[in-house]
Order: sequence, then structure tokens, then C-alpha cells
Amino acid sequence: MSAASVSPAATRARLAAIRVQLRPATAASLLVVAFLAVAVIAPSVLTSGSPTTIDLQHTLLSPSFSHVFGTDDAGRDLYTRAVYGARESLGIGLGATGLAMAIAILLGFAAGLARGIVDAVLTRILEVAFAFPVLLLALLLIAIRGPSVATEIVAVGIGSAPGYARMVRGQVLHVRQAGYIESAVALGHGRWVVIRQHLFPNAIRPLVAVMTLGVGQSIVWASGLAFLGLGVAPPSPEWGALLDAGRDSITTSPWLEIMPGLVIVLVALAVTSLGRTLQHRLEGAAR
Amino acid sequence: MTTAAEAADPAVPIPALSRAPSARSGVRAVRWGLVKLALAILVLVAAASVTFFAQLLVPGDRATTILNQQTGRAQLWSAADLAPVNHQFGFDRPLAVQYVDYVSGLFRGDLGTSYTQHKPVTEVIGAQIVPSLVLTVAALVTAWVLSLVVILVTVKRRRFVTAIGSTWEALTASLPPYWIGVVLLVVFAVELRVFPVIGGTGVAGTVLPVLTLALPLAGFLGQVTRDEFEKVLDQPFITTARTRGMSDTGVRLKHALRHSVLPAVTLSGWALGSLLSGAVIAENVFGRPGIGQVLVVAVNTRDVPTVSGIVLVVAGVYVIANLLVDLAYVLIDSRLRAS
Repeated sequence: MSAASVSPAATRARLAAIRVQLRPATAASLLVVAFLAVAVIAPSVLTSGSPTTIDLQHTLLSPSFSHVFGTDDAGRDLYTRAVYGARESLGIGLGATGLAMAIAILLGFAAGLARGIVDAVLTRILEVAFAFPVLLLALLLIAIRGPSVATEIVAVGIGSAPGYARMVRGQVLHVRQAGYIESAVALGHGRWVVIRQHLFPNAIRPLVAVMTLGVGQSIVWASGLAFLGLGVAPPSPEWGALLDAGRDSITTSPWLEIMPGLVIVLVALAVTSLGRTLQHRLEGAAR
Repeated sequence: MTTAAEAADPAVPIPALSRAPSARSGVRAVRWGLVKLALAILVLVAAASVTFFAQLLVPGDRATTILNQQTGRAQLWSAADLAPVNHQFGFDRPLAVQYVDYVSGLFRGDLGTSYTQHKPVTEVIGAQIVPSLVLTVAALVTAWVLSLVVILVTVKRRRFVTAIGSTWEALTASLPPYWIGVVLLVVFAVELRVFPVIGGTGVAGTVLPVLTLALPLAGFLGQVTRDEFEKVLDQPFITTARTRGMSDTGVRLKHALRHSVLPAVTLSGWALGSLLSGAVIAENVFGRPGIGQVLVVAVNTRDVPTVSGIVLVVAGVYVIANLLVDLAYVLIDSRLRAS
């Protein structure tokens, strides 16, 4: 009996199913994320060098086999610096997204649950927030508080919160109408029990995927601020700081911009692609 | 900065079709227009309120900050020293008066006084806004053309071609503008020497900055339009048109396109605001004059009134663009109903 279920044909079919599900894009994205995880946890595994070793005899070398990303004006290996910068960059991305989500869940649930005048006022406030592009809102905040890592996280977090808030509100309104909420209410469960046990988890679930997309997005925005010289300052190996450091030599040593930029692009693409896949899976699971 | 994440983001406002009024009733149309206008003004007043209170958030005494910036020192000043500054910037008036003055200034074309340059913010922004607007509008038009060409050529073609189209969109939509800018600059200005490195505001110097902004937006608009286009091509009226003997190109151009651009039209108002802020980065990469330079200097010198002024101008552009989008939407929509 049990032999039938593990017959070679069945196994092959199951493997084929897995292989179909693991599209090349997803596999590549997983690879990038795995690489990123190692860079964050144990950067020394990926590179033998140090991000701060100055080598004045090998300054501004273009990418080669010994220095795959090239070297900067102090002869530091750019690849090593990018690997060591991953921790701070990812931290900024996660911090900003986390802050944005916290604000969004607060506002979104307040608007979606309260309905009526509270909802109307909050929706208007969000509409006003949309008139401020994320980058400009961030710049305004930096002008007020001065550039720092904390300001950068808060700026990107607040800037991207309205978009998520609108999404959360929509989710809450959508889930409110679900049959299981009606049943729970009909069964006599209290308001807060229904909210805590049914509404909250179901409204939050799709946000997991959105949050994944958001981390990539936040890293890109934060690096944009750094590119303008308003984020983490050099000589930190944070990716935005690498961009800032290379900005004055775009025409003579373009790899100082292109390579860190490529790292950011790859991470953003990988995270976005995984977020999308996750979104489809979760939607499929909900159905 | 437009990226793929926003494509899936329902946050970007998309007015429901049903919200558009019927063009038959003129009175209703006028009333709808007035309501829209009132809401737009409300958004601007709210935006001005935000920037007003933002200025109050500057740590420490504002007059002290201004004097320190002026003299390059960091010290405390006597009341006698601070009084003229307080008077010049109107900090000695009650907060409510300052607030009303600031918000009403929006309608008088007065955005306050720069902390560092000691002249009206409107004068500081002044002519700099023109090259930025030129760049922004050119980028919007280019993005539309690019995205429509890719859509017309690649949607529902052979699998290979379709895949190239959608991959191209996903890829460009996630590229940060500073990176595209640097790559374009290195390839076309430094290596191939097709365009000048420091472009200025001439036509030759405008091409690369425009592409820098247009490429990610084209990818984003393309992603939005592609979904619609695919759905429309499956509609019965398309089959009807085909059975009447209409060519494939004709079907795509005459029927499918018009029905599938609505979401992208709606997003264009938002895109214009976002492009204008992206222009800050593009101008920085190419050393192009515009609000980008003014803004970065202002942020670095903590000149909050100037930063606020630019933020308000961009918010204004966003609001006006969205009014126009609402109008365009009604026009396209009523034409759809008539046909």
C-alpha cells in the first residue's frame, strides 16, 4: 500500500511539480537573498579582506579578477566593502519598512474599523500625504532634523506609510464583509475577540508579501537619499554611502557608482520577485 | 522613484469609473468640477499646514539658528541681537497670525523667506523650476510613448516576444533613477560621446536626463497597461471586430489601446509629482540646473522655508495634474460610452 505512494512515477511527478513551481526567477532570487543573508550574518565567509584596509598602491583599479568590483580612491576592495555594508543597508530597509507598517496598521485599522467620520478624516489625511512624494517628504525631514541614520529610517518610513495605510484600510473593509466574521458575530463573540482572532490575522496576512516588496523599495529610497549626500555618510561601507563616495568620479571611475548600484538593483529585484511569488501563493491559499 | 513594488500597490489612487459624472447633465458636471476644485484647494491648504508646522519642528530657536548660519558661529545671542531677526521673519507675531499668513501666502504667491539667502523663497526657486518642469513633462511624454510601443509590439504575441516585453517592464520598473542615470552617462556621454557629459539645459543635454526618468516610469506604466490590454483582447467586441475583417494592428490601435490606457492615465497625475521629485536626482547626476540643485543646497544648509516651498510647489503640481487627469478621465470615459 505505502509502496504505491512512493513509486518512482509518483516521485517524479511530485518533483516535476516542485520544479515547475520553482521558476528560474524565483530560484535566482532565492540565491541572491541567501547570499545577502550570509553577508549580514557572517561577512567574513564571503570575503577574506577587510572593508577598511587601505592600499595606496592599488587605488581606483577597475574591476578585475583580483578585485571583482574594483577598488576605491584609498585602494579598499569595493566588493569587500559592499559585503560588509549589507548589514547596515538591510537594517535601514527593514527599519523603515517596519516603521511604515506600524503606522499603516494603526491608521488603516482605525479608518477601516471606525468607519464614518473617523474614516472620512483619515482618508482625507492620506490623500494629502499622497501629494508629497516620498523623496521630498524625506528631504523635508532631513532639513529639519539634520542627516543621520535615524532620520533616514524615519524619513523613508513616514514617506512610504500612507501607501500601506490605504492598503490596510482596504483589507480591513474587505475582510469585514467575509462570511466568517458574520458567523463569529452571530455566534455571540465580543467585538474585540472578533477583531483579534479573525479580522486582524486575516487582514494582516497579505501584508507579509507587501512588506517583502517594501524592504527592497526602502533600500532603494534610502540609497537615493545617500546618493544626494543626505544619508549615511562615507567612509561607512553602507551601500548608499558607497554611492555617495563615488559620486564625484562618475566620469573617471564609474565602477564606484555602477557596482554598488548593481548590488542594490539585484537585491531590490530579488526581494520584489520573491514578494510577488509570496503574494500569489498567499492569494492562492486564501482561495 | 518608481519601482515594481508600486505597480502592485493599490495605494495609488484610482478613481472608480462610476464616480465620473454623466456628461449629459451640464449642471452636474459644473458642480462636480467645483467640488473637485474645492477638494484640490483643501489638499493644498493641508499641505501648507504640514510644511508650516514642519518649520516649527526645527530644533532650538529659529532666530538663533538663522544668526548662527549667517555668521558661521554656534553661540547664544542676546535678545537685542535676536529682535531684528525675529521681526524680519515675523517670528515675533502670534503663532496663529504666522499660520494664517503662511497659508494665505500660498494664494498670493508668497512662500515665506529663505533662512540662508534672506530673500523670498519664490525668488530662490524662481526660474529654476522651469528646466525641472521641462524635464518632467518631457519624461512623462517619453515614458508614455515607450510603454505604448512596447505594449503594442509585445502583448499576446509569441510567448518569447511577450516574455521579453514583460521582463523588460519588470526590470526597468525596479531600476533606481540614479543608477540608470549613471549607466546612461557612462555609456552614452563618456564612452560613446554621443551626448555631452555636462549637458546644461539644451536639447542634447536633456536627452539623457529625460531617459533616466522615463525608463522606470515606462516600465511601471507598461506593467499597468499590459494587464488591461490582455484582458481587453479577450473581450467579445474584439472578436467581433476581427470577424468583421479588421487587421490585427487595427484592432490593437483602434479598440484595445483606447480601452486599456485608463489606469495609466489615472496614474499619470501621481507620476508627474513623483517625476518632479525624481528630477532632483537626475539633475544631480547630470549637473543640470533646476530645483534639484536648489533643494539639495537648501537641505544641507537646513534652509527649511526653501525646502518647504519646493515641497509645496511639487504638491501643487500634483494637485493640478490630478485635476487634469480627472478631466481627461471623464472625456475618455464619455467617449467610450458614446461609442
